[in-house]
Amino acid sequence: METDLNSQDRKDLDKFIKFFALKTVQVIVQARLGEKICTRSSSSPTGSDWFNLAIKDIPEVTHEAKKALAGQLPAIGRSMCVEISLKTSEGDSMELEIWCLEMNEKCDKEIKVSYAVYNRLSLLLKSLLAITRVTPAYRLSRKQGHEYVILYRIYFGEVQLNGLGEGFQTVRVGTVGTPVGTITLSCAYRINLAFMSTRHFERTPPIMGIIIDHFVDRPYPSSSPMHPCNYRTAGEDTGVTYPSVEDSQEVCTTSFSTSPPSQCVFTVTKAHFQTPTPVVTDTLRVPMAGLAFSHQLSSSRLSCQPAALGVGSADLACPAVFAAGLNTTHPYQLMVPGKEGGVPLAPNQPAHGAQAGDQERLATYTPSDGAHCAATPSSSEDTEAVSNSSEGRASPHDVLETIFVRKVGAFVNKPINQVTLTSLDIPFAMFAPKNLELEDVDPMVNPPDSPETTSPLQGSLHSDGSSGGSSGNTQDDFVMIDFKPAFSKDDILPMDLGTFYREFQNPPQLSSLSIDIGAQSMAEDLHFSHSPVFGA
Amino acid sequence: MNCRSEVLEVSVEGRQVEEAMLAVLHTVLLHRSTGKFHYKKEGTYSIGTVGTQDIDCDFIDFTYVRVSSEELDRALRKVVGEFRDALRNSGGDGLGQMSLEFYQKKKSRWPFSDECIPWEVWTVKVHVVALATEQERQICREKVGEKLCEKIINIVEVMNRHEYLPKMPTQSEVDNVFDTGLRDVQPYLYKISFQITDALGSSVTTTMRRLIKDTLAL
Repeated sequence: METDLNSQDRKDLDKFIKFFALKTVQVIVQARLGEKICTRSSSSPTGSDWFNLAIKDIPEVTHEAKKALAGQLPAIGRSMCVEISLKTSEGDSMELEIWCLEMNEKCDKEIKVSYAVYNRLSLLLKSLLAITRVTPAYRLSRKQGHEYVILYRIYFGEVQLNGLGEGFQTVRVGTVGTPVGTITLSCAYRINLAFMSTRHFERTPPIMGIIIDHFVDRPYPSSSPMHPCNYRTAGEDTGVTYPSVEDSQEVCTTSFSTSPPSQCVFTVTKAHFQTPTPVVTDTLRVPMAGLAFSHQLSSSRLSCQPAALGVGSADLACPAVFAAGLNTTHPYQLMVPGKEGGVPLAPNQPAHGAQAGDQERLATYTPSDGAHCAATPSSSEDTEAVSNSSEGRASPHDVLETIFVRKVGAFVNKPINQVTLTSLDIPFAMFAPKNLELEDVDPMVNPPDSPETTSPLQGSLHSDGSSGGSSGNTQDDFVMIDFKPAFSKDDILPMDLGTFYREFQNPPQLSSLSIDIGAQSMAEDLHFSHSPVFGA
Repeated sequence: MNCRSEVLEVSVEGRQVEEAMLAVLHTVLLHRSTGKFHYKKEGTYSIGTVGTQDIDCDFIDFTYVRVSSEELDRALRKVVGEFRDALRNSGGDGLGQMSLEFYQKKKSRWPFSDECIPWEVWTVKVHVVALATEQERQICREKVGEKLCEKIINIVEVMNRHEYLPKMPTQSEVDNVFDTGLRDVQPYLYKISFQITDALGSSVTTTMRRLIKDTLAL
C-alpha cells in the first residue's frame, strides 16, 4: 500500500533501496572472504560512499547482484537472497545460511525518505556488519582453505530455506519502515553441521574430469550460479575483461538540513565515471576434482574504489584470492581459494560462464604469505597458464618444482604427479634458490674436479657413476646423492690427508693471538707459582 | 524524556575482561557514531564516511567490528584497562560493571552549569571466574565467544528499534549532542564509568561509605 509520495521522494526511495541491496550483498560476501576487513574513515564526505559507510565494492559481486535483481527492487513477495554455502574438496556442498532482504506491506507514511529512511538504512548496514561476524559461518569462512571453500549465490524471488537442514535458526538484523513498505533484513543459518565431521579429507590421486556437484540433491535447481567468496584485484590482468557495467554508478551526495525535516535538502546526482575494469572470475580448467581445493591461486589485493573518483579509502586489508572452475551443473561454479591455502594463480580463461565440461586447472601455492608458489599440473599448458598469472611467478614456480623433485624426503624422489599438497609445503621454500644454474656452478655443491687421488672414504660414499651432484634416476626409490668428503678427489683442496698434514703442520701464528712478551712471562710466572706440580 | 537503559551480563576469565568489554562497547559505539558533520550555508550539512575494522580477540574465539578510529579505540582501551586493573586489585568476588552513557548537554544560564541529560545507558556487568586447567580455559574461550555473539545480537536488536535519538543539531548546538573532538568520526556524546561491586551488586565504595556512616551513628 503506497502513500502519496512525490515523484522525487519516490525516486530517491527507489535509489536508496537499490543501493542498499547492493551494499548488503557486498557486506555479506566480503564477510565470507576469509579475511579481516578494514576500511578507513574519512572526515570529508567523498560523495561515493553510500550511507556514509566505507564499504568497498567488489565489481563482480555488484555485477552478480545487479544481474539477480534484473532491474527490479525487493518488494512484497520478491526478496533478494544471498545464499552462503560450503563446498568441500571432494565436491560435497552444504548450505550454511541465507540472508534475506524482504519488503512487507507495513508502511510508515510519516517517515521522511530523504532523512530518516537514509539514516536508518545506514544503521541497518552497521548492524549487518556486526551480525555477519557472529553467525557460525563466519568462523568457518575464516578457516576456509584446502579442505573446503565458501561460495555465494544471489537470487531474487522466493526464499528457499530447505537446504539449511532441520532446526535452522534465524536472526533478524533489523527493519526500516518506509512509505512503501517495511524493509526487513534477516538471516537463517544452519546449526547442524554433522555431515562435515564424518568426512575424511583424504588426499586422492588426481583424476581427470570436471567438478560435479553430485552430492547434494537440491530441491530447487539452482537457477543462478555459485561464486567463490574471493576475488582478484582489478589491477591484475588476467587477459579477460569483464563486461562493464552499463548503467553509470550514481554518486550519493548527502546534504542534510538542520531545519525541520520538511525542508530537508537531499540530492542524488548522477556522475559518469569510469569504473576500474572489473575483474572477472573466469573459469579455470581443473584437471582433477580431488585436488581442486588443494590447489590455490595467487592472492592479490582488492582495489575496489572507482579510480576516477580518487577515493581515499584504503584497500582491503585482506589479500583476495581468486579461483575459478567449472562444472556441468553450475557453469559459474568457482573454486574458492582460502587464506591458508595461499596464493592463487588465475590463468587467463575465456568468457565468463562458458564451456561446461572443460578441464579445469589450478595452481598451488604455499601458505598465504604469498611469497612462493608451486604448480602441480604437469601439462605444459598449465605452465603457460601459470606464467600468464600476475607478477611473473612462473620462474620461481618452475624452479621450485624442480627443486622439490630433488629434495623431497631423504634420498627419496617421487614423480611429480604423485606430489600432494602437504609435501609441497616446503618450509622456508621462499628462500630456495631461484635459479638452478646458480646451484650448478656453486663450488660448494659442485666443486671442481680433484686430482686422481684415492681416499679411504671415497669408494664407499661416492655414488655409482654419477657426478655433478645429480640426484640420479628419478624413477628409483632410492638415490645416492654425491658425497664430497674432505680429501676426496672432488674436494676443494686437491690433496690427500697426508699431504695436507705435512703442509700445514707448522702454520704461522695468527697476529690476533699474539700477546705482549711481558704479559706472556707474567702469565708463565703465575702459572708456575700456582701450579701444584711446581708448588708455591 | 526517559533514559533508555540496557543491561548485559558476561562471565569471563580474568584475561578475557578487556576484550569482552571492548567488543561490547565498540559494537554499541559503531551504531552510535556518524561521520564528521560539515556544515554549509543555508543550514545544510554533509556527513563524512565511517570506516570499519575487524578485530580478532586473542583470548576469545570471537571477532567484532569497530569504527576505524584510533582515537576512539585509544579512549576505550584506556578506560577498559583501568576497569580491568581495578577488578584485579579489588580482591573481591570479581564482580564489576561498566556503564556507557549517551547524553545531551542542555545549556543553562549562569551561574548554573550545563546539564547532562542521559538518553541511553548501556551497563555491562562482568563476573570474573578463575579457571584451573588449560582445558577449562579452552572451553571458556569458545563459550565466551558464543555468549558475546548473543550479546551482539541483543545490541543490534535494541539499536534497530529506532527509538529516541537526539534531533540533528544546528551548527551552534552540535557540541551539545555529538563529541566533535575526534578527527575522523563523530560519536554521540558519551561517558564511560565503572565500579567494582560486591556479591549483592552494590558498589564496594557505597558499601564502605554506609558502614562508616552506620559506625559513626552509633
